Amino acid sequence: MAVTEEAITNGAVNGPVRATQTEYVVRAKDLIKEFQMGQETTRALNGVSLDIKRGEYISIMGPSGSGKSTFFNMIGGLDKPNKGSVFINDVDMAQLDAQELAFLRCHTIGYIFQSYNLIPVMTALENVMLPTIFAGKPSEEGTARAMELLEIVGLGHRLHHKPSELSGGQQQRVAIARSLANNPSIVLADEPTGNLDLKTGTEIIALMRKLNKEQGVTIISATHDHKMVDVSDRVVWIRDGRVDKIENREDIEVHIGSMGGEEEA
Amino acid sequence: MSVEAAPRPGADKGGVKKQVELPWSKAIDFARKSIRIRFWRSMITAGGIFLGIAFLASVLTSREIAGSTLDVKEASRMNWLVILSLVVCTVGITNSMLMSVTERFKEIGTMKCLGALSQFVVRLFMIEAFFLGIIASVLGWAVGTILIVLLKLASGVPDNAPAGTTALGELTMVKVLWILVFCVPVGSILTAVATYIPAMRAAQIPPAAALRVDV
Repeated sequence: MAVTEEAITNGAVNGPVRATQTEYVVRAKDLIKEFQMGQETTRALNGVSLDIKRGEYISIMGPSGSGKSTFFNMIGGLDKPNKGSVFINDVDMAQLDAQELAFLRCHTIGYIFQSYNLIPVMTALENVMLPTIFAGKPSEEGTARAMELLEIVGLGHRLHHKPSELSGGQQQRVAIARSLANNPSIVLADEPTGNLDLKTGTEIIALMRKLNKEQGVTIISATHDHKMVDVSDRVVWIRDGRVDKIENREDIEVHIGSMGGEEEA
Repeated sequence: MSVEAAPRPGADKGGVKKQVELPWSKAIDFARKSIRIRFWRSMITAGGIFLGIAFLASVLTSREIAGSTLDVKEASRMNWLVILSLVVCTVGITNSMLMSVTERFKEIGTMKCLGALSQFVVRLFMIEAFFLGIIASVLGWAVGTILIVLLKLASGVPDNAPAGTTALGELTMVKVLWILVFCVPVGSILTAVATYIPAMRAAQIPPAAALRVDV
């Protein structure tokens, strides 16, 4: 266990180090999730397994109702599987109690949502600070961190605006800044471009890719936006609650000729 | 860029620790801000509490005005009115708080995603409710009492009253204050109780489910 702990500490201190480590940041094993709908039981996940490496940019694709959001919620610790297990940094999530789960959500995972989910009564700065408050950090430290992040996402001039005073793209930038507040090892994005137009969506994807490279954070994104394929290291296709296929970027470029735009630096 | 999860020696969960509990002062701070920022929405929520307490205060005041001149039948009618007003009060408050918690399900889900503990969420809502309860109860008491006093003054001394009674009967300043002392805890505690159940429920559902809710 000591090795793992060391690895985590390194990862937290020095972002890019994470990218060079080959160990898995997320491991999902045989996940099964059922929902009770009246008399019927619907199986949203039917034995999904997936290993995600540190520093990867993963897209989870699939039609609506394929179970990708459910899978996303499982690996984010937002919901519990009926069977199977999820390991984050080699920690089995099922072993964690409510407080440890909250710690994990606060420190290890950042979340980005389709509908931004900013707290409407708080300013951009306060929204980004929120995770640092929950982490128990002093507010000066939180403010400094939030300002730094808002600067990175290009909203340094909108610190004191409420979400209602920001455009969709700007709100999603605030949400991205918020997801990084406590230096997580993973950022989970659920349809991050779903509510955005083509141009704004592209900008958001570019920003996420940039943060993935510069900060070394693993990004896992549930999406059906094909623009996302461009920047992903791997694309996981989910269909009917199962992993249909996993493709590396090189393979996708063969399949879809028009998507070879992005070049690696 | 601090190391947030410096592992303890001997920790067996890969650096995952128990989430820190935020102090009460933080929750109070949050609650105060929340009320101030959604002031008008809060005032509508408080409206239910306000009306309930205003009714309670007016019934109590008119009972005090009648005082010892109440006959047995009248007295029991008054008691019924007090009970009735408490019921009205409870229903009004429960409804307001239920609504105000439900419409913030998504916010609760978001906060939990960001690392808030369930008990923090509950605490936050309870404090908010308690503040609202106090404000609304004081206002309700003032309005209920003043209305009854004005009504009695306008209608004058009843004809069958014993000589020497004034329009306000046996009402004294002390009694008015006693009504306040009764109304404020009733209002604020009922509000907190009415909030507890929906807030508890909301805080306990998995964040994924809370985020799915559309109100």
